[in-house]
Amino acid sequence: MQGLTTHKLSCIRGDRAVFAGLDLEVKPGRALLLTGANGSGKSSLMRVLAGLLPAAAGHIEWEGADISEDPDAHRARVAYIGHADPLKPSMTATENLRFWARLYGLDPAIEPALYQFSIEHLADVPTRYFSAGQKRRLNLARLAAGQNSPAGPTLWLLDEPATGLDPGAVSMLANTILAHLSNEGIAIISTHGGRLDELIADHADHFTLQTTGSGVAG
Amino acid sequence: MIGLTLLVRRELGLALRGGTDAVMAVVFFVLAAVLFPFGVGADPAMLPRIGGGIIWVVALLAAMLSLERMFSADYEDGSLDLLYLSPVGLGTLALAKALSHWMTTGVLLLIAAPILALLYNLPVSALGALFLSMLLGTPILSLVGGIGAALTLGARRGGVLLALLILPLYIPVLIFGAGAIDGAVAGRPIAPQLMVLGGFLLAALALAPWATAAALRQAIE
Repeated sequence: MQGLTTHKLSCIRGDRAVFAGLDLEVKPGRALLLTGANGSGKSSLMRVLAGLLPAAAGHIEWEGADISEDPDAHRARVAYIGHADPLKPSMTATENLRFWARLYGLDPAIEPALYQFSIEHLADVPTRYFSAGQKRRLNLARLAAGQNSPAGPTLWLLDEPATGLDPGAVSMLANTILAHLSNEGIAIISTHGGRLDELIADHADHFTLQTTGSGVAG
Repeated sequence: MIGLTLLVRRELGLALRGGTDAVMAVVFFVLAAVLFPFGVGADPAMLPRIGGGIIWVVALLAAMLSLERMFSADYEDGSLDLLYLSPVGLGTLALAKALSHWMTTGVLLLIAAPILALLYNLPVSALGALFLSMLLGTPILSLVGGIGAALTLGARRGGVLLALLILPLYIPVLIFGAGAIDGAVAGRPIAPQLMVLGGFLLAALALAPWATAAALRQAIE
């Protein structure tokens, strides 16, 4: 029951200390809702946790082992949703999802993933014709595709995942996250509050990043 | 290997569906080469002597046209983050991108080159040298160009910076590529030039993906 822990984690971008000395702990089956003002370092923290950015100091442990001992294994357990939607406009929804699923060695069960976000009718439509919300849904369907696969990622890092979603899609996202948590998965979600936080509140802890570079739990 | 195949297939699919870069490169290649005789004169005796060099100069400029886009779309839409996190690795990504760039640009230049050979009145005996030198040389342009594309990722005026970084590195390819054609026109053996180009290609295959991956890592961080 160790999950993910960070010890005195710090991040520096340019000459600026984005955050310093962060101690986090997220148990399997729990979500951590990460809040904070713009520029408080939520996205940087997400990228450090994903292994996209090196930590300036401190370390991250998964199940008690430092992730730097086996970065490949850490990358394999991460599903990362950033601000942008990594979709190619000339490829259809199915082609986009299938590409990512195959690249990550997941079972490309595309149809259920599209269904989970109610975009199954867009399966054969090039994403250049998608609205911003539909693109976000398709991006989030990557999570569902991984969830339906036995080798799916266990650590979800979702950077403001509800941006651009209508209330119905937020509910779908919440259901997807809750299903992940029920499988002993972990989700760290940066958010500015709202319906998603309410829907998963019973399974989530809170952590607020201060613009001074520190953090407050609870 | 599966990752490499997947990435190359995706790149070729994207190039076929939406990319005008490859067509633009070939059109530029032909148009630029056609312009030279208007400037230097169309003396039938002179054209074969300068033809090899001109074809190679415009080939490397044409190959550069689409280099800037090699990683930028993936960088802008967040795909590069996911590619980095995938089991495939940035080295394989760099190799796949260079291979795809060559297949959508270098191969087309290779096909168009004989037309320019006719234009420059190159003897039939030089066509083999032209083909072989470009077969060995154009993949180097893609592999080395990938390093520049990765280094200039996210930079303002990246295209200009890319040219400044990469053009000096293209000089050896230009010298030995054009030298092989000149040698064939003059009836000299061309094996030494081709062997040097082959050596460059092997070195680029071994080193360029690694260097490109390091530059991509910097861009991601």
